[in-house]
Amino acid sequence: MPIIKQKDYKTWKKFDRKRDLQNWLFWFLGTLIFSFCFGLISSKTIWFYVFDSHNEALDLLGRMFPPETNYFFTLIKPIWDTLNIATIGTTIGTLIAIPLAFLSANNTTPSKKFLRPLALFCIVSSRSINSVIWALLLVAVVGPGVLAGIIAIGLRSIGFCGKLLYEAIEEIDDNQIEAIEATGANKAQIMTFGIVPQILPAFTSISIYRWDINIREATVVGLVGAGGIGIELDAQIGDLAWAKVSVILLAIVVAVVFSEWITAKIRKAII
Amino acid sequence: MNDKKVIWKRKPLIKNRLLRIGLILIISTYLLSVFLTTEIDWQRILEGIPRGKNFIFAFFPPDFITRSDEILAGIFESLWMTIVATIVGILISIPVSLGAAKNIAPKFVYFLSRGVITLSRSFQEVILAIFFVKLMGFGPFAGMVTLSLSTIGFFAKLLSEDIEDINKSQAEAIKSTGSSWFQWVNYGVQPQVMPRFIGLSLYRLDINFRESAVIGIVGGGGIGSTLNTAFDRYEFETAAAVLIVIISIVMIVEYTSSHLRKLIK
Repeated sequence: MPIIKQKDYKTWKKFDRKRDLQNWLFWFLGTLIFSFCFGLISSKTIWFYVFDSHNEALDLLGRMFPPETNYFFTLIKPIWDTLNIATIGTTIGTLIAIPLAFLSANNTTPSKKFLRPLALFCIVSSRSINSVIWALLLVAVVGPGVLAGIIAIGLRSIGFCGKLLYEAIEEIDDNQIEAIEATGANKAQIMTFGIVPQILPAFTSISIYRWDINIREATVVGLVGAGGIGIELDAQIGDLAWAKVSVILLAIVVAVVFSEWITAKIRKAII
Repeated sequence: MNDKKVIWKRKPLIKNRLLRIGLILIISTYLLSVFLTTEIDWQRILEGIPRGKNFIFAFFPPDFITRSDEILAGIFESLWMTIVATIVGILISIPVSLGAAKNIAPKFVYFLSRGVITLSRSFQEVILAIFFVKLMGFGPFAGMVTLSLSTIGFFAKLLSEDIEDINKSQAEAIKSTGSSWFQWVNYGVQPQVMPRFIGLSLYRLDINFRESAVIGIVGGGGIGSTLNTAFDRYEFETAAAVLIVIISIVMIVEYTSSHLRKLIK
């Protein structure tokens, strides 16, 4: 942090000249990239629609209010389905993620050359395909309905839980494992008494976190036919029944806030 | 000598016996009710298995060539969208996250900002995209707006938590020099949250790219549109190619961003 002398007084500046230039260059390049990308987007945009969007939005809001409150009672079953898709999906996902995590952790994998890359590939591909795309594929295979949603959410959760879990496994304390080993324990006993107790807290917090995310994801898999509240949303938007759509949106906000509240409670109780 | 054998048993996970049994009961009733209320059409699934097999085989071999122009255009559009949306989203998130930090903002602003965050977090990108496509027309602009707005919920929430955890004495030292509010934020708060800020930006860039693959399905532009068109034309070979491209780009982005994050730490 240099002190700069100017004619007759000294002044303090946060960065010296070189850092200042670097910062300036960073901002310049950033602005350049941003305007370049924005130019490309703007060339594909019909600006008339964008500038007209506030009228459209006001019109839409006018149609959404007042919400058709009676409609809520027909929503109870879809909301129940959505919760089930999230819960069962998370359970399936975490159950499959456990063996994958053990295979891909550096310190527990049985073969570094073959099984570890394979398991890592499964984890990454599950992570990179969004649950809506999984649902799109599964609806074609098992037909529209809750089951497709459950499997889609499950498949998507594998990657997330697997990745966080194997990182947790890699960070365990080796001394404890050695202590168990010194008592003459076999591999399975090392696993149950040495490794599992160490990763159990991580495991619970990961699965709760994923459940929270999955509630949100489960609201959209219905848009492609995989059950839950998304089916209703799609149908009512298709019907242009905006007064019902606003009820659905409210229900989603309530469900998400509720799930967030529950996860916070559970996390506090466990940790 | 004592003849009694001493046996060690592992402690149960939950100490309270009543709670343990109660939890098991609750979980099993829940599972039972789920099983009873979910209609699973086994007939359809049995029918679906050969169909699914055909469906999966239709993906092979992936066809990169026939639609290579569209795939490339889709990817680049996704990239532009991601970059612009991340920058815009972060720029909006900065004031929101300052407002959502308990130690900086007055009560009124705090609740307002928290409300914005909750609202942005509640709706999945796809739902937001449906509305913005309706409001602003098809194309990458609607997708960009969607991604920027959903960035707020993620970014402002995590950043505001970091702002709440800052070292108070450092901030106070700046304040005691008689700084204005902006100087205080710039010299007292910002340097403390900068590492987290950079890490979160990279992470969000990664997420936004992945999400850009889905919002195209509802008309938000990018590689998702290409994927959707491929599905609609029943060109599953092309769809497979698009999926492979998405997976590999996500892999590259993930590796570079985790590497970068390690470098910064």
